[in-house]
Amino acid sequence: MALCTPADRANLAGVRHIVLVLSGKGGVGKSTLSTELALALRHAGKRVGILDVDLCGPSIPRMLRVQDSAVHQCDSGWVPVFVGQDKAIALMSIGFLLERPDDAVVWRGPKKNALIKQFVTDVAWGELDFLIVDTPPGTSDEHISTVEALRPHQLLGAVLVTTPQAVSVGDVRRELTFCRKAGLHILGIVENMSGFVCPHCSECTNIFSKGGGEELAKHAGVPFLGCVPLDPQLSQSLEEGRDFIQEFPKSSAFPALTHIAQQILDTSQRSS
Amino acid sequence: MKVLLRNASLGSGPAPCPERAQGWSAAPAAAERGGVGKSTFSALLAHGLAADETKQVALLDIDLCGPSIPKIMGLEGEQVHQSGSGWSPVYVEENLGVMSVGFLLSSPDDAVIWRGPKKNGLIKQFLRDVDWGEVDYLIVDTPPGTSDEHLSIVQYLSASRIDGAVIITTPQEVSLQDVRKEINFCRKVKLPIIGVVENMSGFVCPKCKNESQIFPPTTGGAEKMCQNLSVSLLGKVPLDPQIGKSCDSGQSFLAEAPESPATLSYRKIIQRIQEYCEQHHLQEEKIM
Repeated sequence: MALCTPADRANLAGVRHIVLVLSGKGGVGKSTLSTELALALRHAGKRVGILDVDLCGPSIPRMLRVQDSAVHQCDSGWVPVFVGQDKAIALMSIGFLLERPDDAVVWRGPKKNALIKQFVTDVAWGELDFLIVDTPPGTSDEHISTVEALRPHQLLGAVLVTTPQAVSVGDVRRELTFCRKAGLHILGIVENMSGFVCPHCSECTNIFSKGGGEELAKHAGVPFLGCVPLDPQLSQSLEEGRDFIQEFPKSSAFPALTHIAQQILDTSQRSS
Repeated sequence: MKVLLRNASLGSGPAPCPERAQGWSAAPAAAERGGVGKSTFSALLAHGLAADETKQVALLDIDLCGPSIPKIMGLEGEQVHQSGSGWSPVYVEENLGVMSVGFLLSSPDDAVIWRGPKKNGLIKQFLRDVDWGEVDYLIVDTPPGTSDEHLSIVQYLSASRIDGAVIITTPQEVSLQDVRKEINFCRKVKLPIIGVVENMSGFVCPKCKNESQIFPPTTGGAEKMCQNLSVSLLGKVPLDPQIGKSCDSGQSFLAEAPESPATLSYRKIIQRIQEYCEQHHLQEEKIM
């Protein structure tokens, strides 16, 4: 493993807690959860940054409506893009480095690893309470590199996201094994897309079944952070890059998301 | 991503298969974003194609970190057997063989924590060392993204004329933006695109029968994207809670819910893929 140079430490020295968002499976809502978690922590008065290491499919810039921004350089490295009403969330993503938004990043492992290392060492984050790291699906190059690069820093732990079906839960079981092998603390499991309340008749349908995440948490002996229901208002606000936490406090996903953020806050307070 | 090889006589022995590609004709491949229903679609496509008993169908799962095909096909816990001519696929029906890294893991908790080169090695082995026999269609289910696995499969199958790729998406822009990248990837590596399937396209409440857009197509959905990029739209499949249940229990959704609008839509898409492959074949024969 690479040793940390003083410069590496400098850029992450002002970051108090790093939270990884992981999932074995794609499309379960990692980027959604990362985004909403950042917004919720921000509304709780914390200074928050997001590092998007999904190199082949970066979605966070669009979810925060900064997809056309560019990254600038300064003496201590890349300056992240600041998003939100008060420009308070710092974001770094490969999306900012592509010339055209439809460009595909067709890279094999070693090139991806080099960029991740650069993301960890060369971004001038400044003072942050939380840095949320959004990862691509799987347990491969990006994950090994990210964990290796972040290990010397204030790594609080990992949040695992799943959808309720057995097929998705199976992938998270493998991700749990990855965390254990990598010595990564597990903050807990979130079950996303858990039930859909019909806006016409209020009937709740479990489109992707229900309870798989909670069962897995019990089985694996890790905390269960909560269920986030399918909510068209949530998908809509992510599409339009709006601040869901501020605009839809009455929606069904809102209490679930703030509850998850609160538990992460509690854990971080206990650890520091 | 799915790659379909037609009339393929795949590596019946340890000989490297791309070199043995005489007389094959390879068909569809698809690439796209995670969690949009790739594996579900691959599995149903395999079931649909295998409904014709005269056709031999092979389903290869190269999602090494998250292999879900064994579960969806009802083959969890199955092991691969070794024979003189290599690994034997696991058979669901007489004419439907499946291969996945899931069959090589000893427990469902085992994780494949590998970097690229090791993954490429296994993919090569899957193509070369699996005794597929005579195969009409090879469907390759890929992981999300545009990385090692995708480059490798396209490279290893380049000699066998892949018929093309089927790309799966959901209606939101967040998903479509990844699909545009995949389409660019296909064009870069000269992989023909059979078409796009829009999955999770609307949900009809079982109680009041009203439709909701859970994943709203804010930028016109796959339809508009296909028009803009001149790619054909193979169809739209609505959300149906039964799909997830069938996948979890390893049953074919097409057989479990033959009347569902989602089944009808899947059947139409499968038929269009068959037609594409047949036409692609005729054209190739003419050229030869």
